[in-house]
Amino acid sequence: MQTQNRPLSPHLQVYKPQLTSIMSISHRASGVALSLGILLLVYWLAAAAAGPDAFARAQGIVGSFLGQVILFLFSYALFYHLCNGIRHLFWDAGKGFELKTAYASGYAVLAVSAALTLLVWIIAFATGGA
Amino acid sequence: MSLRTPIKIARGLGSAKDGVHHWWVQRVTAVALVPLVVWFVFAVASLSGADYASVRAWVGQPFTTVMLVLLIAVAFHHAQLGLQVVIEDYVSAKGPQIAALILVKFLAVLMAVIGIVAVLRIAFGG
Repeated sequence: MQTQNRPLSPHLQVYKPQLTSIMSISHRASGVALSLGILLLVYWLAAAAAGPDAFARAQGIVGSFLGQVILFLFSYALFYHLCNGIRHLFWDAGKGFELKTAYASGYAVLAVSAALTLLVWIIAFATGGA
Repeated sequence: MSLRTPIKIARGLGSAKDGVHHWWVQRVTAVALVPLVVWFVFAVASLSGADYASVRAWVGQPFTTVMLVLLIAVAFHHAQLGLQVVIEDYVSAKGPQIAALILVKFLAVLMAVIGIVAVLRIAFGG
């Protein structure tokens, strides 16, 4: 039976990207990214348990330019997934499905997650300078 | 012998055979992670620039130890539940799908145990 050439549904590429759909797939993407990011926490804790040399190596990686960029992206992904996850919990409770509300909560998630990311990095630079 | 009728056994379980259990645990862990993650991010930010001794002293505080163990356990549980759905959605071939699911679940437990043991070693290792 020939099934290879059948059209696939839904045709994602014919849809205009919307705030709601992009935020939906971003929730999943950030979740996958956070699953990898939490390994950094495990490594950092294991290094602190292993001894001063291992910890210095871990701090060197985390403190490098690339390490700081990854940490920044990690923190934003974390706050995005946190805020959008709370949005999802309201949906699970059956609230906020109206189109206007869904867009308003979407913009609120973007604003609050960006603000929290900035706040946490301001605190980090104010306390430690890196 | 079970005295339950077939409808009683089947009701609510659906095609996945475990009903809404997966969905529900994902939500419960999500709710638990809200305070844990907010605490963690701001605690680590305030720890910025701390040296080896102060990081260990921080991990060893009873409150921190409890929160870190809870965070690691709940976060990895939540993560593997989410990754399971991603794999089930995108890996349709049965063999690779089962292999990927087992790999992710084993790795999640392994990493969680490494993290928790690290925290406990710092807290109780002296």
